[in-house]
Amino acid sequence: MSDIIKTEALTYVYQSGDGERKVALDGVDLSISRGEFVAVLGHNGSGKSTLACHFNGIRLPTGGAVYIDSMDTRNPDLLYDIRKTCAMVFQNPDNQIVATVVEEDVAFALENLGLPPDEIRRRVDDALRAVGMYEFRRHAPHKLSGGQKQRVAIAGVIAMMPRCVVFDEPTAMLDPAGRKEVMRVIRDLNTRLGITVVLITHHMDEAVQAGRVVVMHAGKILMQGTPREIFTQVDALRAASLTVPQTIEVLFDLDNQTGADLPIDALTVTECADILERYLRPAAAN
Amino acid sequence: MSYILETRDLTQVYGAGTPFERTALDHVNIQVEKGEILGIIGHTGSGKSTLIQHFNGLLKPTSGEVLLSGHSIWNEKGKCERKTRFAVGLVFQYPEYQLFEETIAKDIAFGPHNMGLSDTEVERRVREAMDFVGLDPALAGQSPFALSGGQKRRVAIAGVIAMRPQVLILDEPTAGLDPAGRDEILAQIRDYHARSGATVIIVSHSMEDIARMADRLLVMNDAHVMLCGTPREVFAHADDIIRAGLDIPEITKVIRELCRRGFDLDPSIYTVEDAVRAIRAYKEGK
Repeated sequence: MSDIIKTEALTYVYQSGDGERKVALDGVDLSISRGEFVAVLGHNGSGKSTLACHFNGIRLPTGGAVYIDSMDTRNPDLLYDIRKTCAMVFQNPDNQIVATVVEEDVAFALENLGLPPDEIRRRVDDALRAVGMYEFRRHAPHKLSGGQKQRVAIAGVIAMMPRCVVFDEPTAMLDPAGRKEVMRVIRDLNTRLGITVVLITHHMDEAVQAGRVVVMHAGKILMQGTPREIFTQVDALRAASLTVPQTIEVLFDLDNQTGADLPIDALTVTECADILERYLRPAAAN
Repeated sequence: MSYILETRDLTQVYGAGTPFERTALDHVNIQVEKGEILGIIGHTGSGKSTLIQHFNGLLKPTSGEVLLSGHSIWNEKGKCERKTRFAVGLVFQYPEYQLFEETIAKDIAFGPHNMGLSDTEVERRVREAMDFVGLDPALAGQSPFALSGGQKRRVAIAGVIAMRPQVLILDEPTAGLDPAGRDEILAQIRDYHARSGATVIIVSHSMEDIARMADRLLVMNDAHVMLCGTPREVFAHADDIIRAGLDIPEITKVIRELCRRGFDLDPSIYTVEDAVRAIRAYKEGK
């Protein structure tokens, strides 16, 4: 079986102290194959982070089941292997860095695994090179930029050589330059190292880079498909309080107002300009 | 003279005389008009956070002056008076981490209490501030720590608004929020501005957010003011903005690409609505 992540009728209910129940996930069926790059979109409270937390056993289903590489997360004996298979990177890099030197931070989990020193050295160096932070290996993490810190956190995760990494809004606290750095590293992990990537985000421009987009709404999967299939469903996205890439929005609105029957599936600036050029050009030629 | 805030040759050097000496602000001259919404943009390390800390005397200039309503905020004895701190309210990044009181009402009351106001006046201001940020009055007696992240942020903003500052400064008020949460906070800030008439300064690295709100934009780069003007005027210098490590809205990129291909469109367009209008006008004009 080639699904690295599989959920079956996954349900999760938060129960607060005063007995109030909140259904965060409501019967989610999702399969993610090895080597995929899947983006999960949804507004706050849509259930996307709760879903992510099921992928390495931080949360356990209150109904249904989650299998990570065929391992049932409800089985406590498998938890260790599940977490080695599927690692997580969170929003705030400051909460994920524990050591005072970059390379020691990356080595932290490896030391806990009791690996031999040579092996640790090799893995730490490889991981830092993979995220482009090797030259900073002796620096103090607190003096790095947000994007650099997040790359160190990612290095710490990939040094464990997981087959899958789940990123929960990894760029939410970064500036545009930091966001670009981190997204480049995430794409690299997927294409060069073949790691399965699940990216939880609310940045449309990041989701566009994935192979498949899953949109969560009210604890359910609202729709899924290629970025092109998803982002052209402007009305449905707006109804789920999500924004649409401006390259599509402009074509959609223009199309609606003029009835010009334009294609609207422009995911990049160039694609959008191409469509607009074709729209404007015939008149100019006449 | 109607400038509420003004800097004259404001210079800030960190770690002077050490190997880590760094000039964060270099002879910065800016004027903030009473009642305007000013957006300050700049990448990490451009000096924007240093600048706003000068606005209410959290930092002392290495040289130069900061004036509030025409008077230096530093008196002859080299002290910044408390009334300056009350007049210029500063909401830091991720202000939800600064909550500390047992109840929401007590947390919001902290500032007004320190101003020496009577209990009834404090109570009035707490109610008013909660109303401004859209917090249900029924929550007043609850612990702020039981709230969601977005709600906590509102409590923190209310705590500053309750002091009725003449100038409200918010550092990255939408960081880490989803599109719906972001729109809500921005709408509330706009509403507060309209109802109170206060001057509002917003720091951000999201051009798209800030361009919609601000009367004027100030772009900081490398310890200097790089650009200052209406969003239109600023976006007309898109090349400079990109060179300063900032992003311009996707729609501006599309329009500029069309300009490059020989279409006569306004390259400073920064909203989808304006773009649609300009494209239609171009098409129909032919």
